[in-house]
Amino acid sequence: MKLTVNGEAHEVAAATLADLLAALDYEGDWLATAVNSDLVHKAKRAEFRLSDGDRIEILSPMQGG
Amino acid sequence: MFELYGTALPSRLLLGTAQYPSPAILADAVKASGTSVVTVSLRREMAGGRAGEQFWSLIRSLGVKILPNTAGCHSVKEAVTTAKMAREVFGTGWIKLEVIGNHDTLQPDVFGLVEAARILCEDGFTVFPYTTDDLVVAERLLEAGCKVLMPWCAPIGSALGPVNIMALRSMRGHFPGVPLIVDAGLGRPSHAVNVMELGFDAVLLNTAVAKAADPVGMARAFGKAVDAGREAFCSGMIEPRDVAVPSTPTIGRPVFS
Repeated sequence: MKLTVNGEAHEVAAATLADLLAALDYEGDWLATAVNSDLVHKAKRAEFRLSDGDRIEILSPMQGG
Repeated sequence: MFELYGTALPSRLLLGTAQYPSPAILADAVKASGTSVVTVSLRREMAGGRAGEQFWSLIRSLGVKILPNTAGCHSVKEAVTTAKMAREVFGTGWIKLEVIGNHDTLQPDVFGLVEAARILCEDGFTVFPYTTDDLVVAERLLEAGCKVLMPWCAPIGSALGPVNIMALRSMRGHFPGVPLIVDAGLGRPSHAVNVMELGFDAVLLNTAVAKAADPVGMARAFGKAVDAGREAFCSGMIEPRDVAVPSTPTIGRPVFS
């Protein structure tokens, strides 16, 4: 499946958002995820099914003004 | 006691966490400033990366309140989604709402700002809108549910200080009961004193401290400046006049000729 993760193209075999995070070695309570510009809650990642062409954002705390 | 959305805060200085030379200097600057609120952001994490975790761990260790921002967002949709992601990660409904409208000045897109503020207020967020000094926009933000306003005094990072004193004074006069925080454009402690003397409730700054030669010393200086400006405002300053008035009593002055 072709996905865009944090702006980069990926070819990943991942059925759900939780699968994708595991496949790309993302782990931690401090991550926030969005698919196609909408928040996907942490608790919903395991059941959130991905589709070809989905755009995923994986964010974490950073310095800010 | 100074309160924002019902939360009592010991300091009227809000401090950004970006651009410091090191995490240790950031931590020392936060402590030296006396601030009780720091702003943070969300950015893309690298696969396998732990930068976010380290930063988040440092911030939590400081024992201050967290104000996440939506910096860099140029649309209502981006800002709203970022706010929701921030609420999940940081565990707070506080959000410094930025919807940027111009790349050069980083001034707010005030139309998008009002729309995003309405959506987030209805969703239960505690919104701190980064706005201009426009009174009509301020009215709209209050109508949207905001109970605090954060007008700029100059473009972000410009260090120009208050470039339109008349507009700030007018804003203060029009919204006497609304907490007003000058956000963006301060460069020196004297700028902070200046806006606090006008009766603004607090200031939010980042670059002026983080990019100073000694960020810790500058953080301390800004903390004192904010306190000095507030105390001066509360103490009733005298009005300037065009003629001299002797401060030493003239009664009893000897005459030698």
